This record gives sequence, C-alpha cells and structure tokens, in this order.
Amino acid sequence: MSDHILEMHSITKTFPGVKALQDVNLNVKRGEIHAICGENGAGKSTLMKVLSGVYPHGTYEGEIRFDGETVEFGSINDSEEKGIVIIHQELALVPYLSVAENIFLGNERSHRGLVDWNKANSEAAVLLARVGLDENPTTPIGQLGVGKQQLVEIAKALSKKVKLLILDEPTAALNDSDSEHLLNLLRHLQGQGITSIMISHKLNEIADIANSTTIIRDGRTIETLDMVADNVTQDRIIKGMVGRDLEHRYPEHVSHIGEEVFRVEDWHVEHPTQPGRVVVDGASFSVRAGEIVGIAGLMGAGRTELAMSVFGRSYGRNITGKVFLHGKEIKTRSVTEAIDHGLAYATEDRKTYGLNLIEDIRRNISAAGLGKLSKAGWVNGNEEIKVAEEYRRSMNIKSPTVMALTGKLSGGNQQKVVLSKWIYTDPEVLILDEPTRGIDVGAKYEIYTIINKLADAGKAVVVISSELPELLGICDRIYTLAFGRMTGVQERAVATPESLMELMTKEKETVR
Amino acid sequence: MTAVEGLRDIFTKNLRTSGIYIAFVVIIALFAVLTDGVLLAPGNITNIVLQYSYILILAIGMVIVIIGGHIDLSVGSVVALTGAVSAILVIKNGQPWWVGILAALVVGLLVGAWQGFWVAYVGIPAFIVTLAGMLLFRGLTYEVLNNISLSPFPRDYQQVAGGFLNGLLGGPGYDVFTLVIAAIAVVGFAFSSWRSRMGRVRYQQAVEALPLFIAKIVLVAVVVMAFAWQLAHSRGLPIVLIILAVLILTYNTVTNRTVFGRHVYAIGGNLNAAQLSGVKVKQVNFWIFVNMGFLAGVAGAIYSSRSNGAQPGAGNMFELDAIAACFIGGASTTGGVGRVTGAMVGGLIMAVMSNGMQLMGVPQSTQQIVKGLVLLLAVAFDIYNKRRAGAAR
Repeated sequence: MSDHILEMHSITKTFPGVKALQDVNLNVKRGEIHAICGENGAGKSTLMKVLSGVYPHGTYEGEIRFDGETVEFGSINDSEEKGIVIIHQELALVPYLSVAENIFLGNERSHRGLVDWNKANSEAAVLLARVGLDENPTTPIGQLGVGKQQLVEIAKALSKKVKLLILDEPTAALNDSDSEHLLNLLRHLQGQGITSIMISHKLNEIADIANSTTIIRDGRTIETLDMVADNVTQDRIIKGMVGRDLEHRYPEHVSHIGEEVFRVEDWHVEHPTQPGRVVVDGASFSVRAGEIVGIAGLMGAGRTELAMSVFGRSYGRNITGKVFLHGKEIKTRSVTEAIDHGLAYATEDRKTYGLNLIEDIRRNISAAGLGKLSKAGWVNGNEEIKVAEEYRRSMNIKSPTVMALTGKLSGGNQQKVVLSKWIYTDPEVLILDEPTRGIDVGAKYEIYTIINKLADAGKAVVVISSELPELLGICDRIYTLAFGRMTGVQERAVATPESLMELMTKEKETVR
Repeated sequence: MTAVEGLRDIFTKNLRTSGIYIAFVVIIALFAVLTDGVLLAPGNITNIVLQYSYILILAIGMVIVIIGGHIDLSVGSVVALTGAVSAILVIKNGQPWWVGILAALVVGLLVGAWQGFWVAYVGIPAFIVTLAGMLLFRGLTYEVLNNISLSPFPRDYQQVAGGFLNGLLGGPGYDVFTLVIAAIAVVGFAFSSWRSRMGRVRYQQAVEALPLFIAKIVLVAVVVMAFAWQLAHSRGLPIVLIILAVLILTYNTVTNRTVFGRHVYAIGGNLNAAQLSGVKVKQVNFWIFVNMGFLAGVAGAIYSSRSNGAQPGAGNMFELDAIAACFIGGASTTGGVGRVTGAMVGGLIMAVMSNGMQLMGVPQSTQQIVKGLVLLLAVAFDIYNKRRAGAAR
C-alpha cells in the first residue's frame, strides 16, 4: 500500500429526504494531483464540504484519515489548521481590499493587535512570486482579472501552509492561457510536495494533469482510475460518469410534433459585469409544437445565460441575435414583452429567482398572470383562490391550503408552484431550466408527467438540464452547449450519454 | 367552520397580526387606568385624532414604501416644504385656501417623482436618495420661507385640520350628525363584509361561522359608536378624521386588491422573482415614491393648517415616527410584509402612549426612552416569531 495523505472511508451524508453521499471512499496519494469527476449533483461538492469541515463531524457518517491520523473537523478553521484548504468556484475575495490584505484575511500578520503592513506586504510578495504572479501586493483585488484572482487564492492557501489543496472547478471561468498557467502552477506545486484535489468538468485537462481520477455518480464512488497505469482516455471517464440504467424513471410518452413554433438564431451574449467575456456565442435552436427539446451542457456552458437573455434580456449585455415565433421575428426586450408573446421561463434557482418565499401559494401562482385575474387594475381575489385551488389539485401540490407559504414547501412542491405560475399564463413556449434539480425521485416523475402533458397540449417545451439520463428520458431532440457554443443536436433515437458528453466537452471548433 | 374553530384560528394562525391588536387594547387599558380615565375622555380622544393624523397619513405612504423594500427619510422635510409653499400662496399672496392645498399636493407629487426617478430609474438606494432629500427639501423650505415663520392662515384654511362638522342636525348636548355619520359607516362596513362573505360563498370557500361573523360586526359597531359617542360629546366630527378614514380605506384596498398593490408585495418579497414574472419593477418603484410624496403633501397641508402657519423647522423627525409606526405594525425590515391597517395600529399605539404619558406628566426624556424601547421590543418580537416559525418547519 502506497502512502496516502488522505483516506475517506464509507462517507454517508444525508439531507432531509435525500441521501447525498452513500458509502463514498476517496484515497489520495501523497504528492499527487487527484481529479474528481461526476455530473452536476453527483455529490462532488458535498464530499469536499465534508472533508473541509463545512459539514462538521457528526453530521455525516464515516471516517476521515488525514496525514496518518483520524480527524474530526468541527469547522473549516479546523481543517485549515491541518493544512487542508479549499478554493471554491465562486472566489471568496473582497474586491476592495488589496492583494496582501486578501491573502492574510482572517490570518493577519499582526503585532499586539496592530497589523504589521511591511511584514504583510513583503510576505505577500514572496507568495505571489511562488504562484508566478507579478503584481504589487497593494493593488486592489478588483483590478485583477479572474485568472489572477484565482492565483491569489492559491497564494492565500500557500500562506496557510497548505498540504492538501482542493480546487472546485478552478478553470471554469478562465480563458485558455490563464487555465494553462494555472495547471502549470499545480504541477509546480506538486513538485514542492503539495497534494491537490481538483474537481473539473474539463476532461482534457484532467487527462492532461491528473495522476488519478475518482468518479462519483449519484452519491457513490464508482471507481478510482490510475491515469497512467490504466491508460485512461476521456472516453473512459465519460463512460464512468454516465453509465446507469434509464429504465422506469421516465413516463412513457409519444410525441405528436407539429410546425415550428419558436426559433432563436445566432444568439450572442456577453457577461454583464466583465466586458468582452462572451458567455453565449452564436447559439441557434428551434422547437416545434408538441416537441420537447433538451439543452445539455456542463456548468458554465451558458445554458441559463442563453435562456435568461432570450427571456426579456434578464441576463447579460450586448445581446444580439434573432427570435422567431411561428416564423415571424419578435422582440423580447423585456420580461413583460416576452410573456405577452407567450414565452415562459421557469428558473433553475427556485428560491432566488422563482418564488416569493414569504408569500403564499396562491399569490405565487398568480404572480405572472395577474392580468388574467384583474379588470382595470382590480384583482378578483376569489377567482384567484379558485385558480390556485385548481392548480393545487391538478398539479398535486402537497399542502392543505393554497394559503401556505411557499417557503415551507418541499423542493418538489415548490417546483410545482413555479410550473403552475407559468402554465397559468398560457404560454406557447416553455423554457424549463433544471426542472428537477434538488427534487426527490418520486416528484421528478410527476414533473416529467407534467412536461409530457404540456407537450401533448401542443406547447413547445425546452428543457435545460445537466442530467443526461433525464434529457435522454424525456426529450425528442437534444442540443449540446459547450463553452457558450452550440456543438451539436441529436435526435433521441441516436443520442447516447457518451455521444452527448463528448459534444458537451468539445472545445473550440463549432458544429452548426 | 365552527365558531370555536374560527376563534382559535384568529388567535393562533396569525399571532403577529393579532398580537398587535391585543397589545393595542392592553396599552389603551393601561393608560386609561393610569390617567384615571382621562385618556378616553371626549376632549382627549378628539385631541389624539387631531394631533397624530399627519403621522398616520405619512405612515400609510411609508408602509407601502417599506413593503416595497425601501425606506423614506425625507417625509418630515417634505411636510415642511409643502406647508411652506402653501403658506406663501395663501398668507403672502392672498390666494384662496384651496389653491394652497392644491399647491401642497402638487409639490408633494413633484418631490415624489424626483425621488422616484433616482430610486427607480437611476438605481440609487432609497436610503441615500431620501437622506439627500431630507437635507435638500429642508434647505428648500428655508429658502421658500426666507428663514422666517409665516402665520396666521385665514380661518377657512385652519378649518381643514382644526374644523369640525357638527350641529348640522342639532342635538341635546351632543352632536347627532357625528353619530349619524358613524352609523352610516357601521352599516357600510357590515354591508361590505356581507358582500365579501357572499362572494366567498359563491366561490365555495370556507367562511367563518355566522355567529362569529355577526359577533365581529357587532364588536366593530360597538367600538365605532362608542368612539363617535365620545366625539359627539366633545366638538363633533373632525374633518381630519374623515380625510384619514377615506385614505385608510382607499389604501387598504389598493394594497390588498389591486395589481399595483400585488406588485409592491412581489418586489419587496423577492425582487428577482418579481422581475422574472413580468413585474415592471422600475415603474412600480417610481409610483411608490410618487404616492409617498403625495401623502406627504396631504400631511403637509394638514400640519400647516393645524399649526396655523409654516415654520422652517416643521415636521422634524416625523419620518422616524412614521417608520416606527410601520415596524410596530408588523412590517418587515427586509420588505414584502406589512399592512396599512397594521401601520395604523402601530401609529395609534405610539399616539396613545405619547398622549397618555403627556397626561401623566411624564417628562419628555422618559417618553422618548419608552418609545424607543417599544419599537425595539416590537421588532424583537417579530424576529422571535419568525425564528420560531422557521424552527417549527
């Protein structure tokens, strides 16, 4: 047995109603770069949170051995003390503070309660040199690009005498040269004896840099591959990530497809706050009446950005492209305009963007369709309750009354409220962004049934999902989006998880 | 639903809202005892209405601002400015009383449009915009008045806030007209309650048991008539009370039953969700502030009429009383929650407390301390309740 710096044994972590991790094992050798792969929601981040103490000891089952001893972290401070540092995808830097201040945040170089700025700045300079960043330690972080900020995060980790560095999607937001620099730095740190765990969707990077790869699926460890000894290819990883049966998890459905209803052409969106960063690049897609179309893409592929920018320019800037409804070009410059044209968009983040959690079911259902319930600005409150009751029954929203606050419902029932809200606006096109995220299996089946009924009613339905089996289970056609570009479209009959995953991880060359 | 279930429902379902009414009754009872009944004497009840009407009017606008997730710190200054403009026209230029009133309302609307523009269309937080407004409109008041107070108003202008409708039907020692108006109000309330009950029945919704329904209406009738009885034994029906009643009714309906009201709650509850549901957030925010300006204009006219003049320092700290009324009345500091009726009760709690303590001769300093503590406790109670509700989930 070789020298393992980290051994996680049969980790099980349960959230109310969901088993996020089940008997997960992770063994990381000292001094290696270890990649963790898996679909969104497979449990990668949960595992890292268990490891770093975000979920403290006692809230999970299993054993963690780090550096030869059994550890029980009560908080993230405990794990950092042992030399485990996690760098999250959303960088945790304070934009108005200087590079040095950020590096030593919470860990200030002080003497009798006063910060020793000379010491802080000079130590910061040394750390910056180690990560190959040529910046003045007094520069405010906000003036640096994302790539350089990522390096500052690593410098911050080094300042904590890191032994095990965990990076969650480190290159998701970076361009090619920044990514390459970062990967080189990881190799360099490896030379200095620092072990890294890297969560990534970019399979080419993994194939390039990792010594071994652990694949997680549905909260379980599937396998750990030694990249060299097993001669692992990208295809091999894809197979491990998606291989599961599709039986009986999706309702039977035969589509009756009609004329084209909705088409988006050459859609182009830039990031709202980082000028020049293209998020969606020349994407086109179309949906026909009665058709369920899927959009597949990994985290950061631009799926939500595409949908939200089409839906009344709710995201991004410098948006160009054309939208057609029944072959006629329409404008969707505001959400109101989009709704008036018969578009509906159910967001991926119900709690932040979909529901008013401190309001009851009734008023959430009527929120987008108040026009239908009112005359000259006066809402018919009784009719509103009647409508809400109808949806509560037909959608099987599990709540005794429609006066219950949506904040107290389960994820599945919340999603049914969101769908009710949009179905009540009587849309022609429904864009459903991650309609089953965070929902248990039973409720998922119900949501799929609702989606099928919508298609049977002649609606054009677009489903955005990062779960490939889900798309293969319910969609007639599936578009793939990778790094802002449409990389292909496949009919359900010919699509396989492998073929989609290949298109989803395809960089650069565009297939139109 | 049986009567017993209905009663239990009232007390348990919404402890926060019923809690405030209970607190209100307790405070009235407490001060009635402490002041040997003077609190509820005819002359004093009239006084409370006259003295706090403008705070209540401001609180109506403020609660809508707060539900929308904003705040307005400028209303005190706007009260001063609108009163000053009115005074210049009526006292200095000899215009008729209604020109002054109209000018106050127009200035209020303009102020509201100005602040609404910065908040809604430029996107500056309301705290900043109205903090600037507080200074700006105070300064403008000094400019308009040239640094001096103006008084007195002609008699018909004073009537707006100080006037009474009485003697129209005569009466032996008390004013029959007041009682008739109150009776009409009670009948109107009973009729509209009945209609909304019938509407619910038509839609096959659960309604409260008939005995409970009747008991509720009788209770309201008794309280209103007792209140009117006391007024009738003093100076009759204050004109201000009529204005206030109309405003409360109107705005209660606007917040509960109109699309605009719904959109205000939606924005305050979850701005992102409202935006993605097609709510025209900017427009709604703009009109929230225009409305606040308008009501500040109304309050300004009434305050100038009551104080019989315009002073550069008028309306100082009114904003804080109005804001406190909203929070005591159950509005949430993060928006999305609140009621006009709640704010009114919150305002009245403050009014009764101040008035009661004044009657008892409690020093000004102690009054301030008590008011501060009540505000703190009311919000603490609110947070405690929410946390308990969260834990019960």
